[in-house]
Amino acid sequence: MALLEVKDLHTSFFTDAGEVRAVNGVSFNLERGKILGIVGESGSGKSVTAYSIMQILAPTGKIVSGSVLFDGQELVNAGEKVMRDIRGNHISIVFQDPMTSLNPTYTIGRQLREAITLHTDTSKEDANKRAVELLRMVNVNEPEKRVKQYPYEFSGGMRQRVMIAMALACEPDILIADEPTTALDVTIQAGILELLQEIQARIGMAIILITHDLGVVAQLCDDIIVMYAGSVCERGTADEIFYNPCHEYTKGLLRSIPTMDNNGQRLQPIEGTPIDLLNMPKGCPFAPRCDNAMKICIHDRCEELEINEDHRSSCWMNVKKAVEEDAEGNV
Amino acid sequence: MQKEMYEKEPLVQVRHLKEYFPISTGWFKSKPLKAVDDVSFDIYPGETLGLVGESGCGKTTAGRAILHLYKPTDGEIWYKGNPIKTKQDLRQFRTKATMVFQDPYSSLDPRMTVEDIIGEPLDINKMYTSRQERRDRILQLMDYVGLNSEHAARYPHEFSGGQRQRVGIARALAVNPDFIVCDEPVSALDVSIQAQVINMFDELQEKMGLTYLFIAHDLLVVRHISDRIAVMYLGRLVELASAAEIYEDPFHPYSKALISAVPAPDPKTARANKRIPLIGEIPSPLNAPSGCPFRTRCPYAQERCAEEVPELREVQKGRFVACHRVEELN
Repeated sequence: MALLEVKDLHTSFFTDAGEVRAVNGVSFNLERGKILGIVGESGSGKSVTAYSIMQILAPTGKIVSGSVLFDGQELVNAGEKVMRDIRGNHISIVFQDPMTSLNPTYTIGRQLREAITLHTDTSKEDANKRAVELLRMVNVNEPEKRVKQYPYEFSGGMRQRVMIAMALACEPDILIADEPTTALDVTIQAGILELLQEIQARIGMAIILITHDLGVVAQLCDDIIVMYAGSVCERGTADEIFYNPCHEYTKGLLRSIPTMDNNGQRLQPIEGTPIDLLNMPKGCPFAPRCDNAMKICIHDRCEELEINEDHRSSCWMNVKKAVEEDAEGNV
Repeated sequence: MQKEMYEKEPLVQVRHLKEYFPISTGWFKSKPLKAVDDVSFDIYPGETLGLVGESGCGKTTAGRAILHLYKPTDGEIWYKGNPIKTKQDLRQFRTKATMVFQDPYSSLDPRMTVEDIIGEPLDINKMYTSRQERRDRILQLMDYVGLNSEHAARYPHEFSGGQRQRVGIARALAVNPDFIVCDEPVSALDVSIQAQVINMFDELQEKMGLTYLFIAHDLLVVRHISDRIAVMYLGRLVELASAAEIYEDPFHPYSKALISAVPAPDPKTARANKRIPLIGEIPSPLNAPSGCPFRTRCPYAQERCAEEVPELREVQKGRFVACHRVEELN
């Protein structure tokens, strides 16, 4: 059994302008000890998926339907008491902006202690020792001195390390990292990514890494989910997604980024603008921007098709390709 | 492109540019924050010079000081072989050199229509004789950047990030500049939109012969768009070379670490990549180390590095590095 099973999750925000369907039928499984990347652009629903798992949505947001099974236990509608036990103890989250996620008026030590004492029966002294230990684990120098300092005395990269230490305080089974390095410089980013890999290897927890940066997922992830307009359009192992993309959106995304190879050539952008979540089309959400859209794409959403054991895609082009190959084979 | 470039006269020359900000450290006491410290380089007509570095290295300040948006503390900017000294020079220069800002959400006045935003530089420089001429020019500019003429009467909030950045670019193009300082123009945009805007920069350059100083922290984007790249660290230029040289074989120890930290969007390359880790953190520009600014984090630092500031010198044709030990290390 998978550690985390998300099944047909629908999350909407009820605004004055109408229902915004941020997550539209997302399903995935996360195995123990794996790193899963969720990739997508702004508004694709990748963060909302994570917040739905943790049930930390904004007041206007609501899980409309679907199920989230953690270790076989249903979390949707499980109630706040159960969720309090799950958050931090079993699933914890690191946010994008290390500048605003720490309280500027408390010392780092106190904030770490809070995370520890909230979830375990630990005395203040023991919690303090644990806080120092946690800072050492995330490679903060002189942790004994650092626990007495305030967030403003830490640089951005160091604050993100503190956030990771806090998330790891109760040795969770799953760590959700929501754009953990987007606000950081590349050399600092590289350090944080290595730290995540190192801790993952040591503790063996599973990580869900949410990012828009294809370089980051390429470096870290075993499996990748590509999201567009609240739905999963493609999933597979990292190698399958990068070397054998089977959804027009993924292909477009990979063509549009500068790499080591396409230097000096024009990039091939995806034309048009991202979809309006208030007015979702009936068919494939990517069809309005897709160069190869067919009639069927506009009317019907493609079911997830199995490309191979490690790879699934929801794109009609795969059907077209299969039919064409079949026809050629018969000739 | 490279060879012919050097035979031309530089379009913009930056000479010993310094930009210090006074930081108060107590009553009546202040200390200079050396945001840009003795930076010199040339920009050739028709090229794109990328300026990279991490936050706080002074790249944005350098870009703004070149356009005299901040009055340089010291140093000179030369345009087409003449120094910019008097107010007339500056006024003249500003019609030939413009800027595209990073954040398309805060750099456009929310109370002005797109037409007026793009038309403002035309008004200020009195670049038209009739209302019709003004309007025609605005529509032409909107067409250049791929905006629909129907959008002229709209306000910035009605546009997406990518479209707003197009408005910012149209405004920068209004005075017919030769030289545009682009300060992180695509970093606020989504990946798929980024490519549209990058391509537009390329196309406009081809069509109008523009010269760019392209400031960014995304190294893959910079490499894609630039002919040459300058790397800054703590207010100083540490290396300046062609884009390919910087990427494939950086000379300065800081450039090496920086390039090796870029995550390649390709799993096999990314897994094989050996990162050169940097020790410690970037020092505060208020307490910059003596001598070489990078010496506190450099694995090859020697006594000499603490005593003498390394000059940016030409170690190969067209290749400048500021490091005492560059020859022995490469």
